[in-house]
Amino acid sequence: MTTSLDIVLWVVIPYVCLVVFIGGHAWRYTYDKFGWTTRSSQLYESRLLRWGSPLFHFGILAVFAGHVMGLAIPKSWTDAVGISETAYHVMAVGIGLLAGLATLVGMTLLIYRRRTTGPVFSATTRMDKAMYLVLATVIMLGLWNTVGSSLLSLSGEYNYREGVSVWFRGIFTFQLHPELMAAAPLSFQAHGMAAMAIFALWPFTRLVHVFSAPLFYLWRPYVVYRAKSDRFGARAARPGWDRSERTRR
Amino acid sequence: MRVMAQMSMVMNLDKCIGCHTCSVTCKQAWTNRSGTEYVWFNNVETRPGQGYPRTYEDQERWQGGWTLNRRGRLQLKAGSRLKNLATIFSSPKMPSIQDYYEPWTYDYEILTTAPLQEHTPVARPKSLISGKDMKITWSANWDDDLGGSEHLSADPVLAKVSDKVKLAYEQTFMFYLPRICEHCLNPACAASCPSGAIYKRAEDGIVLVDQDKCRGWRKCVTGCPYKKVYFNHKTGKAEKCTFCFPRVEVGLPTVCAETCVGRLRYIGLMLYDADAVLEAASVTTDHELLESQRGVFLDPFDPSVIREAERAGIPRDWIDAAQRSPVWALINTYKVALPLHPEYRTMPMVWYIPPLSPVVDVVQETGEDAEAAGNLFAAIDTLRIPVEYLAELFTSGDTAPVTAVLKKLAAMRSYMRDINMGRDGDPSIPAAVGMTTREMESMFRLLAIAKYDERYVIPSAHAEQAHNLEELATECSLDYEGGPGMGGSGPFGEGSGTGTPLAVESFRTLKERQTSDTATDLNEPGARVNLLNWDGRGTPPGLFPGPGDPPDHGEPASGAHGTEPKP
Repeated sequence: MTTSLDIVLWVVIPYVCLVVFIGGHAWRYTYDKFGWTTRSSQLYESRLLRWGSPLFHFGILAVFAGHVMGLAIPKSWTDAVGISETAYHVMAVGIGLLAGLATLVGMTLLIYRRRTTGPVFSATTRMDKAMYLVLATVIMLGLWNTVGSSLLSLSGEYNYREGVSVWFRGIFTFQLHPELMAAAPLSFQAHGMAAMAIFALWPFTRLVHVFSAPLFYLWRPYVVYRAKSDRFGARAARPGWDRSERTRR
Repeated sequence: MRVMAQMSMVMNLDKCIGCHTCSVTCKQAWTNRSGTEYVWFNNVETRPGQGYPRTYEDQERWQGGWTLNRRGRLQLKAGSRLKNLATIFSSPKMPSIQDYYEPWTYDYEILTTAPLQEHTPVARPKSLISGKDMKITWSANWDDDLGGSEHLSADPVLAKVSDKVKLAYEQTFMFYLPRICEHCLNPACAASCPSGAIYKRAEDGIVLVDQDKCRGWRKCVTGCPYKKVYFNHKTGKAEKCTFCFPRVEVGLPTVCAETCVGRLRYIGLMLYDADAVLEAASVTTDHELLESQRGVFLDPFDPSVIREAERAGIPRDWIDAAQRSPVWALINTYKVALPLHPEYRTMPMVWYIPPLSPVVDVVQETGEDAEAAGNLFAAIDTLRIPVEYLAELFTSGDTAPVTAVLKKLAAMRSYMRDINMGRDGDPSIPAAVGMTTREMESMFRLLAIAKYDERYVIPSAHAEQAHNLEELATECSLDYEGGPGMGGSGPFGEGSGTGTPLAVESFRTLKERQTSDTATDLNEPGARVNLLNWDGRGTPPGLFPGPGDPPDHGEPASGAHGTEPKP
């Protein structure tokens, strides 16, 4: 039985967040390319950063990969290639725990550094603080789900691959299952809610740098040359001032 | 052959008096903003000395520039592309603010707001990084003029020169080394940039950072062996010397060159073969690099080069400028200019004429005639250490080219002395360094007379392009808090939001004003005085409206002539 609250929480809010996430990025990229940066603070402090930042970033990349495995890939697919439920569980909890701990330790180091190093703290915006708060909540709730729920089974047996994952995929395939989320343990619900908050905040924080991951660097030529695209000026001609002769021989 | 044009510079170190005017004017023009307090696109170092940032030349530590990998192919010294990406979360070889210096200001306000007290209030230094009181211990030129001090031991170049003669050497000499971005033919900063934001302009070879594409990965700071790319800690973007491209595009020299008191900078074009750069940068031994880079340059008088240049779309007036280029003359015709640290394999394009003055000083101290060719030649040969030190800077340790340059300078000195004293020039002196008397005299004209138009041969960007180029994206130097640039803080942190136009006054107008004999022509009907352009010469009509002047009238403001400024 789905109540209207369930529909608001697990259908309306997800779509609102999704629209804000996509629209926000498009808007930010259009109007604020100059502000689109990692805003690195390495120049101020590098001793703690050297440990904290790689721990956090590699950890969160692994966590992301884990979420792709758990949320995006249906259970039927892993069953089809012959991965048993136990094997999957052991792998997910093992790798998830390791990645989650690395992320948590890294994040703790980074937040400690941000708070205690004067120049780094004064370079922290209000948006940064809000983002850190929500991100830390998401990560801790997620880790709690791995430890408390999957490892210790505190809230009884809950297989998120038959609950949360189905609901998650349904958002994108328009097969809506708010009742599955309504039936999930509270910690999973909270993790999902906090995650949606971070997605809504995302385009307005420094997290946008995720979408600048420079993988293209591996293939491009070392030295980039840039010529003025048009010999007659870099800008498009104003309306009514198009040249009558586009190509000259 | 792929002909490209490169805007380049030569600095004549004999003339540098270490006044830092170039640094100051450059800073006023480009880096007087929040986030770039510690940044000097142009700085002047006392050599021997540690440099700025400290010990930047120690590439075993900072891993800048290129190196040959095991297969003999050119690779960034910081590592492969994969390693570069893998270390992106915490760039391991990036200098910290302490390696540059912690910028500061003084608490001037206290001088006026302090209550009446027995002692005079003091403006304490305040860190521009943390905002707290600080003790000033280092700066961009802290070891200025301290050529033989305790700071010397950290000079990485000196460490390469043999140890036993260090003491004698310390007493001998010191000279100044002004540095800007080298605008390399094979820029390691651009190659290190994961975002591809650093690019080389195809038209004139100036290396720029696209502020909209830079994502602040900081790899360029490591990549540049000269440490001439800086991280703006407020905007989170890389910034570097722009070769004053808005000025160069309209034919004006860079700010550092324009304001140079010693007139030691030369700006001109070099034509080079872009296809030959990689091979030239990959030669096996460091000593070959000087010759291999010279081999990349193309003779602008060679008809086949001219034909290829025209085919590559280089305008005819640019080829003319390349032929008249003082840089071409100094690098190729007279062969007195040498690159800075060719062993970094970036093919730098700011070259230096090594200083002869330390040698002259030593000869003078012995009481011998310091202008006589024979004495100077002998001194260059015996003063092994200064020459070795210069060789570490300019020829990756090969003393022969440095000696050859110094001998030419010495020959010019004594040959021209005879002529200036009214005697006949001794043709055997130029002959001793393989030059004709005519060449020697024209080299003297270029180096010593150094007329403005001969020092700076800068073809303007084509008129149809120049106006649009002026407004290309970088930051406005007036973009300080509450300044007319009105940048300020956007919702996503410092400097976010759309860019502000670069030029407040048109650089074209600036050029007209600087090169015309009279004040800018304001006698046209309805002409207005732009106070930003007004250079204080005369009282241009329209500066003060006449008493009966209707505000929006088209006729010449004749009534304004009699108007004097009122107190």
